Amino acid sequence: MTPPTTLATVAAPARVPAPPTRSRRVRRLSGKDRWVLGIMVGIPTAVQAVLIWIPTLLSIGLSFTRWNGLAISGIKPAGLSNYRFALEDYPPFWPAIEHNVIWLVFLALVATPLGLLLAVLLDQKIRGSRIYQSIFFTPVMLSLVLVGIIWQLIYARDEGLLNNVLGTAGHPDAVDWFGDPHVNLWAALVATAWRHAGYVMVLYLAGLKGLDPSLREAAAMDGANARQTFFRVVLPAMRPINIVIVVITLIEALRAFDIVYVINHGTNGLELLSVLVIQNLVGEGQVLGVGSALAVILLVVSLVPIVTYLSRTFRKADR
Amino acid sequence: MNRPRYGTHLFLVVMSAMWLLPLLWTLYTSLRPKAATDKYGYWSLRGPFNLDNFTTAWTQGSLPTYFVNSIYITVPAVLLTLALSSMMAFAVSRFVWKFNVTLLILFTAGNMLPPQVLAAPLFEMFKHTPLPYSLSTSGSLLDTYYAVIAVEVAFQLGFCTFVLSNYMKALPGELTEAALVDGASVWRQYRQIIMPLSRPALAALGTLQVIWLYNDFFWPLLFLQTGSRLPITTGVNSLQGQFLMNYNLIAAGATITVIPTLVIYLALQRHFVAGLTLGANKG
Repeated sequence: MTPPTTLATVAAPARVPAPPTRSRRVRRLSGKDRWVLGIMVGIPTAVQAVLIWIPTLLSIGLSFTRWNGLAISGIKPAGLSNYRFALEDYPPFWPAIEHNVIWLVFLALVATPLGLLLAVLLDQKIRGSRIYQSIFFTPVMLSLVLVGIIWQLIYARDEGLLNNVLGTAGHPDAVDWFGDPHVNLWAALVATAWRHAGYVMVLYLAGLKGLDPSLREAAAMDGANARQTFFRVVLPAMRPINIVIVVITLIEALRAFDIVYVINHGTNGLELLSVLVIQNLVGEGQVLGVGSALAVILLVVSLVPIVTYLSRTFRKADR
Repeated sequence: MNRPRYGTHLFLVVMSAMWLLPLLWTLYTSLRPKAATDKYGYWSLRGPFNLDNFTTAWTQGSLPTYFVNSIYITVPAVLLTLALSSMMAFAVSRFVWKFNVTLLILFTAGNMLPPQVLAAPLFEMFKHTPLPYSLSTSGSLLDTYYAVIAVEVAFQLGFCTFVLSNYMKALPGELTEAALVDGASVWRQYRQIIMPLSRPALAALGTLQVIWLYNDFFWPLLFLQTGSRLPITTGVNSLQGQFLMNYNLIAAGATITVIPTLVIYLALQRHFVAGLTLGANKG
């Protein structure tokens, strides 16, 4: 979602190859080569350490302090008070958790299955398959900012397409789809699904194309119908990709930020954990400790899919 | 297998129409002058149609500045990401070494974190890193492209290293073996053997990264405070405030913003889809 997404998200290998036995051990290299290799590893690792790993640890550290972000000497220990405040006294906290859960459930039960369905349909020898693919894929290239803006044109109360089609535009009881706190979460989710389904479709389609055709032939020969073939043969054979899709869905749900921030800065029905983190950093008062406590909660939840995914992916490589 | 599947086609046609509708509506709105939509309403099929909204959005919305800023951020960030990740991938995939897998795991994990987890520490780190005023008007790393580029690179490194290391692992070991017998240094193996062979993966990742970084909203939003320094994706969001309720201008701004991605996609579609699925299929 960022990048990605973006959203940026991760696609993963169907299988990690066995460790390269033919590769050479570093020990046998000359001194100069070892230096070169050290630099090739050292610079990227330093970048990761300084800009990702250390900040993650600092986030955890800051969550136990009280600080206004000015002088470093102004950092005061605060124990668990930030967490207690977030859980007990911070009004948007539980709504945000609820919205994140709804976000996840919606992606998992609607957007992702829709992407799978499109992939399965378009994997058949069907006329115009490529054109359909291009159409469903187009939103994937758009930033979530643009997705938000484009759907604003659909959802606007009097000017938007939806209310005009429904014939309610201009009426006092017309629904303000992005503004009404009872519906705006769902409106935002529809816009998100518009992009997410295409992404899932592309990933799954690539997996289906890579599937051994003899599997399906064998199933057909055994008299399995299309439904049985898919659920009994194709789906189990696609297990590695299925895991990637599950992980992507989970992570996208936790990363959701851009679109609600574009709509109304994540307030009034669109509170999400990621947005609360930012609101506590840049808003008036700058409660870094509370923001960091929220960030740590987000981190801990995110570690579930991340660790699951990594342990599955690297288990074979890491003996 | 060949019986006509009317149901499938019907479903796909309806879905396609729903998928295209928001895009076509945006384009349609952007082509109509505000006066026309005020008079007939947005839901109407009356002309005139012209490109006035585009010229207005282009000049009043400071879109040219945003576009140039996007280039300032995207080009160095993508090149740095590819350079660093290919070196790292080369080292971990072609040599057996104690912390190979540990590092690869940590790299990949970093890429999957929600960016907001790192926002506060990075913001404060940059705020407290003094920089001479000749390099930064804020006197710190905040509000500079260096900050945005550095974090974008760090965040994309994990994914690119992961994909490239899988790709390089699949290249036959004899290639570098032979080079080693000929006395080629590690650097020459990287530059003259592995990198040229990895060109398809690099092209795919490069295309993907250009679009992702062009589309990134969060890091510029966090680090850049001066409005005229924003890249297009972060900048276009401010059009909503600037062109208050003028949906025709907003639609034109959105359409203009889509064009570069669309051009890249149409020109390099193969690479882009390959990049998205590279990690998913390569083993």
